[in-house]
Amino acid sequence: MAKNDSAEAVKKTSKEVWSDIFNKYGIIIILFLIAALMSVATGGTFLKPINLMNVIRQISFIGLIGIGVTVIIITTGIDLSSGSVLALASVVAATFAHPVKDAAGQYIDAIGQYPLIVPIFLGLAVGAIAGIINGLIIAYFELPPFIVTLGMMTAARGAAFLVTGGKPIGNFSDGFNFLGAGFFLGVPMPILLLLIMTIFSYIILNRTKFGRHIYALGGNEQAAIISGVNVKLIKIVVYGYASMLSGLAGISLAARIESGQPSAGLGFELDAIAAAVIGGTSQSTGGIGTVQGTIVGALIIGVINNGMTLMGVNSYWQQIVKAIIIVGAVLLDKRRRKS
Amino acid sequence: MSNNTEYILELENVSKSFPGVQALKDVSLKVRKGTVHALMGENGAGKSTLMKIVVGVYTADPGGTIKIDGEPANYKNIGASIKHGVSMIFQELNPIPYMTVAENIYLNREPRKGLFVDFKQMITDTQALFDSLGIHNISPTEKVYQLTVAKKQMVEIAKAISYNSKLIIMDEPTSAITDKEVDHLFQMVRTLKKEKNVAFIFITHKMDEVFQITDEITVLRDGQYVGTDLAANSSRDKLIAWMVGREITQMFPKEEAEIGEVIMSCRGLTRNGVFKDVSFDLKRGEILGFAGLMGAGRTEVMEAIFGYTKLDAGEIFIHGKKVNIAMPRDALKYRMALLTEDRKGTGCFLPLSIRDNMTVASIGDYTKSGFIRKKAMEKVCLEQKEKLAIKTPSMNQLIKNLSGGNQQKVLVARWLMTNPEILIVDEPTRGIDVGAKAEIHRLLSMMAKEGRAIIMISSELPEVMGMSDRIMVMHEGKITGEVSRKDANQTLIMKFATNTYVS
Repeated sequence: MAKNDSAEAVKKTSKEVWSDIFNKYGIIIILFLIAALMSVATGGTFLKPINLMNVIRQISFIGLIGIGVTVIIITTGIDLSSGSVLALASVVAATFAHPVKDAAGQYIDAIGQYPLIVPIFLGLAVGAIAGIINGLIIAYFELPPFIVTLGMMTAARGAAFLVTGGKPIGNFSDGFNFLGAGFFLGVPMPILLLLIMTIFSYIILNRTKFGRHIYALGGNEQAAIISGVNVKLIKIVVYGYASMLSGLAGISLAARIESGQPSAGLGFELDAIAAAVIGGTSQSTGGIGTVQGTIVGALIIGVINNGMTLMGVNSYWQQIVKAIIIVGAVLLDKRRRKS
Repeated sequence: MSNNTEYILELENVSKSFPGVQALKDVSLKVRKGTVHALMGENGAGKSTLMKIVVGVYTADPGGTIKIDGEPANYKNIGASIKHGVSMIFQELNPIPYMTVAENIYLNREPRKGLFVDFKQMITDTQALFDSLGIHNISPTEKVYQLTVAKKQMVEIAKAISYNSKLIIMDEPTSAITDKEVDHLFQMVRTLKKEKNVAFIFITHKMDEVFQITDEITVLRDGQYVGTDLAANSSRDKLIAWMVGREITQMFPKEEAEIGEVIMSCRGLTRNGVFKDVSFDLKRGEILGFAGLMGAGRTEVMEAIFGYTKLDAGEIFIHGKKVNIAMPRDALKYRMALLTEDRKGTGCFLPLSIRDNMTVASIGDYTKSGFIRKKAMEKVCLEQKEKLAIKTPSMNQLIKNLSGGNQQKVLVARWLMTNPEILIVDEPTRGIDVGAKAEIHRLLSMMAKEGRAIIMISSELPEVMGMSDRIMVMHEGKITGEVSRKDANQTLIMKFATNTYVS
């Protein structure tokens, strides 16, 4: 039985075409505009390749965390523990990463003989376990993610201090340092890690059943349950994955600054959430958000921070500017969604 | 103050376009004061959109005119329209669940005692309102989330009436309430018409109601005005022809299907305080109807069978073997599907695309080691779109932009794609136009012929009687009767449904 489509498709006016472009790429356009602004304000210093690489490298840690938190926010959850988990993974990896040899060329302690894979694995494992604990409590006890991850934030930070006895751990093998300071095919390691994890997460979210089910859970949890989505499993995996990414960031950071510090990552979780929100992940409605948007969001924050630093702006002013940007971005996003 | 026009509402050349879609084109409509005017048309015809423009939710494209009581009226928001005497009951109920009935009704116009809200007065006013409307089974102090869908609708109706508007627009007000309550509503409408000269616009798909209560009928099709006529001069067939532009010969074409062995058996299903001792068999090739009044417990029984809620006692057998269904995932393993009653609450993933909504339950069929095979999935989605005549420019369209009926079709597609052996549908054609209704009925018929077994919960007696091979009737959580297709008649079913049957 043939039937006409109910409403004729309208030829788009040029205004609507621009509107469409802005909707899809708006955030990237904003990034380029801000970058242009910064380069003008710093007399071109901003655009120096070394500086650009710095920017991306600096935001790579927030970016990694941001990827994880994006997925969590898509499911209408939140994660406040990222910074603390980063620190915990950082010090755990650091503890197993230094082959200190004595004058005779012998390893001083047994720990130093562990191959590189050990600190990496342990750092990631610490992250994953922390996240899985979050996920289990949230899924089975149905406690609000805000509270559960707040608890983990405090506990992980305490654990980090316990592991180090309050002192930073340093002195790593060259192999470990490479993870933070090395280059691969001309690309700094932290940036490479970010790139790989972004692509991986993008593929999972968009090309796999599990990824689509993540969006379904966020879109309507009850409907998801009825449609056979394994909601509990998804929550556990999603929080586990996010914290594992925090662990990865922690390992990378420790390698970069050549020090495992229990106070690392303070405030990173909020920056990561800001990056996700600026990138279009919706705090209020579930099921909306992309990892690529979050990376752009992180870049926007990074570019502005970097630009202001180059201009010599007081770092406290930078905080205020950052806050204005976050709120402004969310406002713009709301307006755009309404149309 | 009333102007000297005959019409309370005059729309001329009203158009409305959304990105990529022309929802309304040059629509005109005139509603006389003190009349009940029906606005009919298929899903996507533009009825709700047109009314939303009248009350200020949408703004019309430039070029048309809107007049209320002779004065130009381009309201920017609902508050403005209410102030000027126009109120609307929306199809999708949106009360504030954790507030009381009284608070919901007097939202934004709470009686004050100095600086503070006068709760006592609010409750008294609400009770007075209910008394004047003859509503006796809802308490002003109940919290709305505890009310059944039917009661929520009555609250919405009472609220709209309480604004003392000159024009009240009702969008599918009877979709969730029983015949008794429908009669009650019509009584209220007649009284307000006579005593206060209130005009009503009634968006509905229900032919019976249209001929019962309306004075004039306007039909829209594909966003355009088709015609207006007095109800007295109209016939069912003429209206249908206007709405779809073609003839529909049969409303409920349940075709003969070979009825085979028992696929599912339920014995003694009980959920304390909700339903008790529900037992029945479901055979291959049959459509088993579940009739009853709102609150009879039919939805609750099916949700428990599907594993969405818990059973306190009882056993379920599938193909003779006892099964334990603890959650919907288990039910899906047994090739069961459940199309829920509340598409907004438990059906649609509103922020997601049509494609996502359609494929969520069957996505495993299109994956290879976890990765989606896009071509295969897209092919099936488009097939479903054709088969169910879902009106959308693209699969990427967000489901929240579709009309209610088209959303329902997407959900039907979702469950079809799981190739179920047992399909449970709960009010499958609620809020759907005649054309789509017939399509869904034909689909269910065909599925039965294919050897599946279907349970259909429906509160529309003609539908239940036309589609079912057997009908189970429930009343307050218990099965009160079973009627075969050939013995079925409205009186008998009603008697079982109200438990007044004495054998």
